[in-house]
Amino acid sequence: MSDTVLEARNLTCTFMISAGAFRGRRPLHAVNGVDLTVARGEVLALVGESGCGKTTLAKIFLGLQEPSGGTVRLNGQPLSALARLDRARFVQPIFQDPYSSLNPRKTIGEIIALPLRVQGAPNPASWRSQVEDIMALVGLRPQLHDSYPNQLSGGQRQRVAIARALINKPGLVICDEPTSALDVSVQSQILNLLQDLRRDLNLTYIVISHNLAVVEHIATRVAVMYLGRIVEEADTETLFARPRHPYTAALLESVLTPDPSLGIPNTQLGATFPNPVDPPSGCAFHPRCRRATAVCAERAPRPVSLTDGTVACHLYD
Amino acid sequence: MGERILEVENLTVDIPLAVGTLHPVQGISFHVDRGETLCIVGESGCGKSLASLAIMDLLPKRAVRRADRLVLDGKDILNLPESRMCDIRGNTMGMIFQEPMTSLNPVYTIGNQMIETLRRHRRVSVEDARDRAISLLEKVGISAAASRLGQYPHQLSGGLRQRVMIAMMLMCGPDLIIADEPTTALDVTIQAQILLLLAELQREFNMGLILITHDLGVVARIADRVAVMYAGQMVEQGSAASIFTHPAHPYTRGLLDCIPIPGKTRRGQPLGSIPGIVPSLIGTVTGCRFAARCPRVLDVCATDPPFRDGPAPGQAYRCHLDSTGSEPGAGATP
Ligand SMILES: Nc1ncnc2c1ncn2[C@@H]1O[C@H](COP(=O)(O)OP(=O)(O)OP(=O)(O)O)[C@@H](O)[C@H]1O
Ligand SMILES: Nc1ncnc2c1ncn2[C@@H]1O[C@H](COP(=O)(O)OP(=O)(O)OP(=O)(O)O)[C@@H](O)[C@H]1O
Ligand code: SF4
Ligand SMILES: [Mg+2]
Ligand SMILES: [Mg+2]
Repeated sequence: MSDTVLEARNLTCTFMISAGAFRGRRPLHAVNGVDLTVARGEVLALVGESGCGKTTLAKIFLGLQEPSGGTVRLNGQPLSALARLDRARFVQPIFQDPYSSLNPRKTIGEIIALPLRVQGAPNPASWRSQVEDIMALVGLRPQLHDSYPNQLSGGQRQRVAIARALINKPGLVICDEPTSALDVSVQSQILNLLQDLRRDLNLTYIVISHNLAVVEHIATRVAVMYLGRIVEEADTETLFARPRHPYTAALLESVLTPDPSLGIPNTQLGATFPNPVDPPSGCAFHPRCRRATAVCAERAPRPVSLTDGTVACHLYD
Repeated sequence: MGERILEVENLTVDIPLAVGTLHPVQGISFHVDRGETLCIVGESGCGKSLASLAIMDLLPKRAVRRADRLVLDGKDILNLPESRMCDIRGNTMGMIFQEPMTSLNPVYTIGNQMIETLRRHRRVSVEDARDRAISLLEKVGISAAASRLGQYPHQLSGGLRQRVMIAMMLMCGPDLIIADEPTTALDVTIQAQILLLLAELQREFNMGLILITHDLGVVARIADRVAVMYAGQMVEQGSAASIFTHPAHPYTRGLLDCIPIPGKTRRGQPLGSIPGIVPSLIGTVTGCRFAARCPRVLDVCATDPPFRDGPAPGQAYRCHLDSTGSEPGAGATP
């Protein structure tokens, strides 16, 4: 498991956005100094509130967004040195919306075969059978080969997206909210499928999800983001049993497990996510933090390595 | 629980389409008391939103609504002219829509909309309406409330917008709130706070609350009673405790098996699933709507199943299997 699939060092991504009429443009640090290592076979979950930078990070890994600074290595090679096609062979996305991510004018077979065509994969005569194999693997009936996306259910469309992502046998699959548009009965099928495929094809996943019950179920490691930074990282069991960062703790307290004997938790966490263009001083979480002290408003905490994780909080430094 | 605030009996919605008639709501019945929270759950497309729009008389034009009874606070609202219904909406009955932007008008400020809502139904001065708006915005946890009144909906974050909607809906002090997926688009942290707020306000004002959601975690934590819909029908109803501890309908059971539950499901192990898809609701539909996906389907399931009493008091479900799981007519022990 020491085999590293992805390594990001001091990654930043800054957008210049309009701050309103006559106020010019100001920097928004969507990703702000992220270090991340993903080992082969892992399922790394990225969690955090809306706007904290998860999708931006994923887009950088997919080569869809140019970082402003820092480095990314895929399989030991700098991402910037990889040709587009080589990168696409190695890392593939599965996006949230199974409705809009498929071309409505192409058949299911054409959609799934597209990566083969783009890559100019050898032996075009075998493409059809490769498509049928992968369709069987993700549980799509062969009759659907000539159907169009609008003839499929939400779960079937998400299976098509998965088949398309996997047909070139990528090492790393990045799933951005892979099940959040789906009903729970379909969600469980897709989660089961992702687990089976990981085992059978030796895949590595980065999974972005708002659903912490899903994260706890499928992830092996979790990185918690807040305003562009990773504030805590640990293996799943440790993180859920002993959250260290006060933000992680509040996040986990907010999870509504289906237990009718419990009420709605009061996390006492103000509901206002800070303005990313004008982030709080020191630790960006301090205005909402129950345990903040004077130093938290002054200095940004540095990531501290513990035996079973990393946390960026003054309480642990 | 308090007195009955809403009673719905045999509510049906039909929508004529080019290919035939769609039956999105097929004779559902339920009730809500003051101070009570009823959660309606079910798969996407099962008719939850249309059922609530039917109660508000806000269905799309070509949709046809029928019911045996529709009673709000003791008064029949089935046969009211639109002008009277208008008096009731936003007044006795408040609604939070699935898409927040549909009920906030983008060209008016928050203050303008809140004040107008109240003045449409009550003879109050602008100043008094403004004071009430500020106090309600503060109540839903919005700081610097007075300065928010001048803001437009697009200038607020999703969480704030949802709070504004709740405050606006409370302007007239409704007796019943219908909230359609009020927190689905929000972060878990904000979701918990909005739900806490709704529950507190509901208790404080002794309102009835109908909450539509497909998040079973939300249901477990907030519902007094749960109604499960499948393909346009009500398939099970009961107290939250009974639905979660001993669900009776095969669909409800299947649904609860699908979700990862910390401490119950094991990490990485397969979750339960309900293979198959929902039947088309166009044209004549008969028999148990769940039969094609049901793991326990019998020949008799091709006919409409009866409502049966579930294992707990007040629990009822629509299925040919009795609550011990036996076939009809068969003895208790096989
Ligand atoms: N192209 C862009 N131009 C300007 N700002 C952007 C751009 N893309 C993202 N942002 C901003 O960067 C921040 C991070 O956005 P991102 O989409 O990565 O968040 P996220 O964590 O994926 O959120 P969500 O959970 O809502 O999907 C946000 O403040 C967002 O508004
Ligand atoms: N205006 C309309 N015209 C025709 N069909 C409609 C219309 N509105 C809804 N439907 C159909 O009626 C059925 C029920 O829709 P409804 O919006 O009530 O579902 P829902 O249970 O609220 O689903 P969701 O969980 O996705 O919000 C669906 O099959 C939908 O496609
Ligand atoms: S009536 Fe039959 S098909 Fe329907 S839920 Fe009950 S057992 Fe299953
Ligand atoms: Mg995102
Ligand atoms: Mg709906």
